[in-house]
Formats: sequence, C-alpha cells, structure tokens
Amino acid sequence: MSRQGRPQDTRKVSGELFSLTYGALVAQLVRDYEKDEEVNQQLDKMGYNIGVRLIEDFFARSQQGRCHDFAQAADVLTKVGFKMFLGVVPTVANWSAKGDEFSLILDQNPLVDFVELPETHQGLLYSNIICGVIRGALEMVQLEVKVWFVQDQLRGSDSTEIRVKFLKKLEDAVPAGED
Amino acid sequence: MSVTTVQAETSQCLFEFLHMEIVSQLQQEAGPDKKGEVQQRLESLGHRVGESLVERTSRDHPRFKNELDAVVFMCKQFWVTAFNKNIDNLKTNHQDTYVLHDNAFRLLQHLSEGNQYREEAQTYLSFACGLLTGALSNVGIKCQVTAEVTKMPACTFQVKVLL
Repeated sequence: MSRQGRPQDTRKVSGELFSLTYGALVAQLVRDYEKDEEVNQQLDKMGYNIGVRLIEDFFARSQQGRCHDFAQAADVLTKVGFKMFLGVVPTVANWSAKGDEFSLILDQNPLVDFVELPETHQGLLYSNIICGVIRGALEMVQLEVKVWFVQDQLRGSDSTEIRVKFLKKLEDAVPAGED
Repeated sequence: MSVTTVQAETSQCLFEFLHMEIVSQLQQEAGPDKKGEVQQRLESLGHRVGESLVERTSRDHPRFKNELDAVVFMCKQFWVTAFNKNIDNLKTNHQDTYVLHDNAFRLLQHLSEGNQYREEAQTYLSFACGLLTGALSNVGIKCQVTAEVTKMPACTFQVKVLL
C-alpha cells in the first residue's frame, strides 16, 4: 500500500484512458462490421481525420521548423511526433535504395497494452489508426504518403513494423482566380 | 511545465480527438435524427471504459468508507485521470442524489461557447455519463447518470443512486 510516485502513475493512467477508449471503439467496430478489412479501413479513415487536426497541435507544442528532406521528416516524425503523443520513439529502419520508403519499428505500442486478438479476427489490424494519423498529418505538410502495416506483434510477429512510402509532394493549391 | 504534465496534456488531446471522431462516426452510422441512439451508444462505450479505468485508478486506494467517499473519489482522482482536472463542486441531498459540477468540461472545450450548438453539446456529455456509471457500478454503486450543459463549457452530472 504505497502512494508514492503519484505523478508518474497519473501520467501512465491518463494515457490509459486513450488506450481503453480506443479498445472499446475497435470492439464496437468489430461488432458493427462483418469483415476485418472494413474495420481496418474505418480505423484508417478515423486516424486520417485525427492526423489532419493533430498536426496543428504538434506545431503549437514543438515549435518545429521546416524539414528539408524525407529522411529528416522521418526523424521528426519519430523523435518528436511519436514521442510527444504516444511517449515512445520507434526506430527508423529498412530504407529503400531510392530513399523514398522506410519502416517504423515499434518495440512498444501503448495502444495494445491490454489487447489480445481472438483467433477469429486474425485479419484485424488493431492499431491501423496510427497509419491514418501519419497519413493525415503528413498530408498537412504537403507530403502525400502511403502507410501500411507490415507486421504486428499482436499477430504473432517479433516486432511491430509500419511502412511509410513517399508518393509525391503536394503543391499548395491556390483557389481559382486568386492568382 | 514538467515532463509529466506535458505528457498528460498530449495524451489528453489525443483522447479528445479520438472522442470527436467516435462521435462523428456514430452519427454517420446512425443517420440524422437519431440522437438518442448515438448518445446511448456513447454511454455504453463510456461505461465499458469507466469499469476498467476505475480498477486502474483505485488500485492503491483504501476501501471506500461509504457511498459519499466513493463519489468523492470519482470527483477527484478518477476525474483527474480521465480529464486532467477535478470536478469543481459536489452537492448532495444526503439521500440518493449527487450533483457534480464541472466548470470547464474538457470535451466541451472544442465547441463554440455560444448557445447555438447547445443541443449538439449534449451528445458530448454522454461518454462521461457512461464513464461514471461504469466506474461507480464497479465499486458496487448502481446508479443512473444524466448530464446537462449549464453554460458552455460548464456542465453538471446528476448521479441518482438506484437501490
């Protein structure tokens, strides 16, 4: 019976509200949709909407400047972005030869703290919302990317790996007649 | 700000965005004019989360002396874990009703302060109602919780204990 280290505890637990709520959401989606693929898609969509808004918050808190290349963007994404919101720093690895594709390796994923996948839902990408968030947030800084899960600890792999592929640089669209 | 408060703040904002998305997802799914259904689903989602969250928060807490003690716990530690702040005021008729005032409820803070969206704002309280029923039921208190927006972003939660 000790109450020492309260601040640390609160921090841990306050992140738990997020993980628990996320878990309840996924469980609900699994009940609502028939196919795991549909759930994955829905999670990605919700993540995208979150990412689009989250980027503002990110800039407000980080005072981060402009990135000069994709490698630097990857660095900021992991060391600043992931650290800020999820409290973990994934490793950037497996760069493609062209330098337009990399993997994020997560040793620890706070979203899955309380999760076990049932046998019947092996197609479910539980943390797929992360892909959506990355896609949404990067789109707001003019980077169009494709993000997908390569492997997931929940599905028996050794580590969790998310692949990010650079598609193109979006130009600022100027509304017609504003030129 | 220390590292811990920053971390609590960011996970709080992540939660707020997630909650917003859940509301809009449920609304799209239910279609227009199905506010009741959306609120009910949010409440049951919250109930489930509240049940587990209270187990985590009350782990090191001594056994509750009585009902009031448990409600006070919800207003303090539990609310802080969930929303990073205390309930501002607690009133009770010493029978079966508790009224919890939150003067700046987190999930209302992204909404406009005028009265225009007051009806909509009601939906943003359902999840927290569920959190409370879930948490209280897990410490042995069966109750009904209703919520009301008083003046944006303030609101009250009325807990009615069922015998």
